[in-house]
Amino acid sequence: MNTMIDVAGLRIAFGASEVVKGVDFNVARGACFGIVGESGSGKSTVLRALAGLNRDWSGRIAFEGTPVGLKRSGAFYTKVQMVFQDPFGSLHPAQTIDRILSEFLLVNRTGDIDGRVNRALAEVALPPSVRFRFPHQLSGGQRQRVAIARALIAEPEVLLLDEPTSALDVSVQAEVLNLLADLRRRLGLTYVMVSHNLAVIAHLCEHMGVMQHGEMVEQLSTRTLREGGATHPHTRDLAALSLSLETVDAPAV
Amino acid sequence: MLVDIQDLRIAFEGNGKRFEAVRGVNLSLAPREKLGIVGESGSGKSLTARAMMKLLPPQAIISATRMQFDGVDLLTRSERQMRRIRGGRMGFVLQDPKYSLNPVKTIGTQIAESWRAHNTGSRKMAREAALDLLEQVMIRNPAKVLDAYPHEVSGGMGQRAMIAMMLAPDPDLLIADEPTSALDASVQAEILRLIDALVERRNMGLILISHDLPLVSHFCDRVSVMYMGRQMEEIAAADLAQARHPYTRGLLNCMPALNQPRETLPVLARDAAWLEETPL
Repeated sequence: MNTMIDVAGLRIAFGASEVVKGVDFNVARGACFGIVGESGSGKSTVLRALAGLNRDWSGRIAFEGTPVGLKRSGAFYTKVQMVFQDPFGSLHPAQTIDRILSEFLLVNRTGDIDGRVNRALAEVALPPSVRFRFPHQLSGGQRQRVAIARALIAEPEVLLLDEPTSALDVSVQAEVLNLLADLRRRLGLTYVMVSHNLAVIAHLCEHMGVMQHGEMVEQLSTRTLREGGATHPHTRDLAALSLSLETVDAPAV
Repeated sequence: MLVDIQDLRIAFEGNGKRFEAVRGVNLSLAPREKLGIVGESGSGKSLTARAMMKLLPPQAIISATRMQFDGVDLLTRSERQMRRIRGGRMGFVLQDPKYSLNPVKTIGTQIAESWRAHNTGSRKMAREAALDLLEQVMIRNPAKVLDAYPHEVSGGMGQRAMIAMMLAPDPDLLIADEPTSALDASVQAEILRLIDALVERRNMGLILISHDLPLVSHFCDRVSVMYMGRQMEEIAAADLAQARHPYTRGLLNCMPALNQPRETLPVLARDAAWLEETPL
């Protein structure tokens, strides 16, 4: 197996409280690994440690077999990019989309800014007219597309997705999920996606880890989950809840 | 009829332009009935609820051929009269307890305050009422939560406290605007079950506003589906699976489902004809 991301014995503590208590998983190149759990389970904290946004971790995090340290190089961010939950909070309100998208290119002194910005917009199916607008002039779904375009402009190999559709309406969520699935196929990206929504994880990912109280209590494939092969009670609970909420005719649990 | 609204319109004017955010909404609710209002963001569902409480920003222009709450005409009520109805006879549960509870007052003080606003009694009685209300919303250790500040409790607990506060004046109607959107799925179901049980026990009417169609269908008798300020259809919750309107079908269809894997999700095709107002 060609391993893209390898995490072993990852522990994260804020002061005296340990919020991630030894998590191990690895993700193959081109795969999508989902991390599902309730709020406070430590799922986003794991993702932020992968992205280098958190320095209070210990253990091993390796991309393509190379362990990374607390501080990441510029080259790291051409390989790994992150998309955050709330596109309102993660886009600079006073910058145009053009400025937001070209930031990475300016910092890294990359040429052909014009072409790359236009290509990134086309990649996420946004019209070129969006380029000179501000984030508040776009809809929630368009803003999340911009956030994805900003991640793609670095031409990364790995996308870390933190609840990328939780702030969106279900109809827009469907569009963004389709876009993410399409991008992964076309560009051969590797995803790690965090969500509290089991159905969303199961839709996009082949494998997932279930987190509870800072521990990854179970790792299983989506197929196993669908066939009812989950062994840990928390996974079973989440699956039962998800099923009961997605049906319209059956009464609630 | 507890609530009777005919042809509700809410418009905003600015720069010489008029924008109607809610266009011709009809709602009726009998006592003890549970109605869900579902729609995407910007569909006007929250505006409709706020119009009922007359809690809209001053620049909003409300018009309706009829807007009655328990026989009282809401359109002609003064702010002073509204203050007795609002909170007293209509309770309003908001989305996120983090923002709707006062961060510098204990939960007990806030519940007691809402009890004293609509009942007469001593501070001690108000405190006892608050304790009793916290018990009613199934908080395990009500005495402890009474003296806790909002940041010391979890989101689910905060939302329970919020509901307790709304129940204090013993309202006839509870309006819940996305009461569980900020909560985990397991807590979501718990809170909705709690609201359901309380509404049942106290013979209240319930208007539940949400973007989550399947969720609402479990807890309501009827569901009204809104899109861009227009009502697409009103349907009995039990018949939702057989909904015929393409918008309702689209909303139900585009959600990823655990038990039916799909390569790509169907995307909602919006039709401008849905928004046309058919002349009466």
